[in-house]
Amino acid sequence: MLLKKRKRESAEINGSSMADIAFLLLIFFLVTTTINVDTGIGMVLPPPLTDEDPPPVRERNLMKILVNETGLIMMDDEATPINEVQNKLIEFIKNPEASEELAISPQAAIVSLKTVRKTPYRIYIDMLDEVIGAYAFLRNEVANQNYGREYSQLNKEQKDVVDDIYPKKISIAEPDPE
Amino acid sequence: MAHFKKKQAGTKQEVPTSAMPDVIFILLFFFMVTTVLREVTLKVKIDLTKAKNIEKIEEKRLVSYIYIGPERLPNNKFGNDKVQIDDDIQDDIGAIRQIMYDKLLEEQRMIVSLRVDESSEFGLLTDVQEELKQAQTFRINYSTKSEATQGRN
Repeated sequence: MLLKKRKRESAEINGSSMADIAFLLLIFFLVTTTINVDTGIGMVLPPPLTDEDPPPVRERNLMKILVNETGLIMMDDEATPINEVQNKLIEFIKNPEASEELAISPQAAIVSLKTVRKTPYRIYIDMLDEVIGAYAFLRNEVANQNYGREYSQLNKEQKDVVDDIYPKKISIAEPDPE
Repeated sequence: MAHFKKKQAGTKQEVPTSAMPDVIFILLFFFMVTTVLREVTLKVKIDLTKAKNIEKIEEKRLVSYIYIGPERLPNNKFGNDKVQIDDDIQDDIGAIRQIMYDKLLEEQRMIVSLRVDESSEFGLLTDVQEELKQAQTFRINYSTKSEATQGRN
């Protein structure tokens, strides 16, 4: 009698709750996953200085921006409010009237950003943002003229062409030691 | 007509659910793989600043983080600006060179994401950048939040 009963037990594992277990795990990972995209300003640092002198740069091709710790800005020895920085940079890079003072060509233009050790990071980034914004505006302008599209929608080759017209030459100068 | 009716009644009305666990498991594996559990404990305070002209870092596995900000002290106080790499605060700035160089050897296309507190001073950042130059890790990214972009002029 006892033996007969044992024989009737099923040998398989009941798999019907498998889906529930998987669901619980799924929900756990759904909740813990954070798909946050990192955003920021991309830069490429220059190689460390060697003993050789850096190649000479003509004064007119260099836009010197100085920022102090309170956020006051000097552009080529001229005090400038922050909302005019972009316009001045665009004028400097494009040089539409072929002025003797401004860059020979957009390819030759170098923007040098110099600040002091005490400057808060916020002010430094605001300033860098303005410089990059000026380049973004110029690149968009060319992209619209040549391809009728925004810079961000161009393909790799088209971007390279635009980048050659307006290369982003930003130099982050070392602050003076105190 | 009667024959036709009989045929329709014979079809099963249920959706087969036997493949459900498999579907769920595939989803589960997807989320398991994409989840990054290795979240560092921040020992410094980081309030990111905002910028308009930012770009996304698409390849997240290339990113290596450096945190700079005021050190968190007990009792919700904040100390001086410190540099944190992975889980440790680096008091010796000169040691950053070796750490970053070792990381670069593992991943040649490494991008260093600098997560700097908005009120930190530029001086410490430039020291760190100098170390990065020495370590040949030239690709950096100043981590910022996005500020609503408005059209110029």
